[in-house]
Amino acid sequence: MHREELAALAAEHQRHLDTFAHHIFVCAGLGCPGNEAIVAALRSEIAERQLQDRVLLRKAGCMGLCALGPIVLIQPGEIAYHTVSPDDAAEIVASLDREPVARLRLAPDLPFFARQHKNVLALSGRIDPEEIRDYIAAGGYAALCTALATMRPVDIVRCIQESGLRGRGGAGYPTGLKWATVAKAPGDKKYVICNGDEGDPGAFMDRSILESTPHAVLEGMIIAAYAVGASQGYIYVRAEYPLAIKRLRLAIREAERRNLLGHAICGLGFDFTLQLRLGAGAFVCGEETALIESIEGRRGIPRPRPPYPAEKGLWSSPTLINNVETYANIPRIVERGPAWFSALGTERSKGTKVFALTGKIRHAGLVEVPMGMNLREIIFDIGGGIPDGHAFKAVQTGGPSGGCIPAEFLDTPVSYESLNELGSIMGSGGMIVIDETSSMIDVVRYFMEFCMEESCGKCVPCRVGTAQVHRLLTRFLEHRATAADLAMLEDLCDLMKHASLCGLGQSAPNPVLSTLRYFRQEYLDRIVPAEPATEEQA
Amino acid sequence: MPAQESIESPPEDTRWQLVDRTMQRLDHRPEALIETLHAAQDAFGYLDSATLARIASRLRLPPAKVLGVATFYNHFRLKPKGEHTLSVCTGTACHIKGNDRILAWMRERYCLAPGDTTQDNRLSLVEVRCVGACALAPVILTDGAITGKKSFAETTTIIREWLDDAP
Repeated sequence: MHREELAALAAEHQRHLDTFAHHIFVCAGLGCPGNEAIVAALRSEIAERQLQDRVLLRKAGCMGLCALGPIVLIQPGEIAYHTVSPDDAAEIVASLDREPVARLRLAPDLPFFARQHKNVLALSGRIDPEEIRDYIAAGGYAALCTALATMRPVDIVRCIQESGLRGRGGAGYPTGLKWATVAKAPGDKKYVICNGDEGDPGAFMDRSILESTPHAVLEGMIIAAYAVGASQGYIYVRAEYPLAIKRLRLAIREAERRNLLGHAICGLGFDFTLQLRLGAGAFVCGEETALIESIEGRRGIPRPRPPYPAEKGLWSSPTLINNVETYANIPRIVERGPAWFSALGTERSKGTKVFALTGKIRHAGLVEVPMGMNLREIIFDIGGGIPDGHAFKAVQTGGPSGGCIPAEFLDTPVSYESLNELGSIMGSGGMIVIDETSSMIDVVRYFMEFCMEESCGKCVPCRVGTAQVHRLLTRFLEHRATAADLAMLEDLCDLMKHASLCGLGQSAPNPVLSTLRYFRQEYLDRIVPAEPATEEQA
Repeated sequence: MPAQESIESPPEDTRWQLVDRTMQRLDHRPEALIETLHAAQDAFGYLDSATLARIASRLRLPPAKVLGVATFYNHFRLKPKGEHTLSVCTGTACHIKGNDRILAWMRERYCLAPGDTTQDNRLSLVEVRCVGACALAPVILTDGAITGKKSFAETTTIIREWLDDAP
């Protein structure tokens, strides 16, 4: 559809929405199980009171506060209810023209909501992810139509470069630079890939974005395809995310039906088709070259880089790969301009970042904050701190590729650089809070077991290193390690870091190294003075 | 891979229609393999050697390559599952919140390790690497339905009630 048609559709749908006096949004994400029953109860209550013309009930995406879910949001008024059950439906519907239900209501000034800065998650929980008109009425696809009609590809690449956006999948590579490389790479056929293989156990940002605003990801990808000159794209999503897959399938079909995908998009001379590919449970496929192998139908085994996918990727053609959250950032940057985006965040880490707060934390859930907010604000103010009277011990960021940050660094502003300096990484945004009841060595061995099982086996440092480090960590855990084991552990970590082929092996030692740095005493406490010579042979 | 004969005389099972359609959609190109394995597992519940052989033949791929891909990815099952499936999430948040105790309890009470099925074929135990519902940790799935935020005692009670193994 053309820009004018899009604007007309947006206005028409908004008029339809405006005819309702009340809007009820029920979180229908994976993190709020039981939401179907709540929707059914609310629907029958609305019908019973004959309020169908005054009250619009919609299933929405994630509202973030998963720990107190299921969440129901009433608009206007921004009234959020927590731990709603179907039995509450009558009371909620009855209260619509009166006072809110006090016993269910979340305090309007709750820091969990008040301290966040929502950009990628701005529409999450506020539109029906299965209704493209909701997204369009909220301004969706306007950036795409404007970009196609008024900007040259090179202008868009420059816009993304100036914004300072960096890859949200973990490594933090400048997005605009990657786009420029693909745009300049010679070749008639180019591809755009969305990496939705969110394998980091304990992270669910991408799942939530795909479930809540699938069209924002599509829009970002289509703009990217136009900017780099790609005609075909793939979204690679974990098979473990059935709801995200269902909503993406629907979103692609709807976008095609409305000529926002496919031939002559927005009535202009740009063609782009998009296909979904399902992962099949291999962590290594989050690595870009392994993911490409997987799309090509093979085992997910990384290729040596260079050549980088930007020059030689899918079927040896120039390929742009970005993460889900990176693409979801694009429409707003194009719409509002690079200066708007780069005004947020720190000197070198711009914009906002979505984090999944989990573990021993009161308000577990999904949050979005400006880069540069410190860990204490995120964990204690927004996250509500540690429950059950326990004490904060560490926060793990970056999953199996990241590290554990102790209490003394809680005042560190979160940015790609600051987390690297602390021996961890930003990663995709998982933050697992650990209290004093957990042994750091147990946590680290858990990650090493994960990497050992997920190592593809191609290169020796990773295949053998993860197994040997896991064996050494087990000895520490069982109080039968020696001083020589500690030296060996450090040697092996160093070797894996420098000699492994891909990011999986190179970063697998990070949890060990960061705990050796900050929790060394836990290792030393488990060393026995000597051991009999007959003890197991390595 | 055995069962060569099944290539010549494929079982006329209507469930193959979905699988065939997936291969057609991708023009029987080699990259259709993973999508086809997904479709076959959705249709049959698991991938037996006859299924893999037929897919190899239709996509003109060496059977070894098909088996290689099917065994590389954790999602594909080469053995049938029991009537019911208990999935225990072992993502980081679920680990921190003690799901390893649930796995130990399953081993003790039902003699099941992850990947095993009971002798009477009633129950399979599966270990899943993070379903992404980390705020509900520790998470278990009884036939795909998520339960979370429960203590060890509550979780074991839920499992026993679900299995009619009255506490």
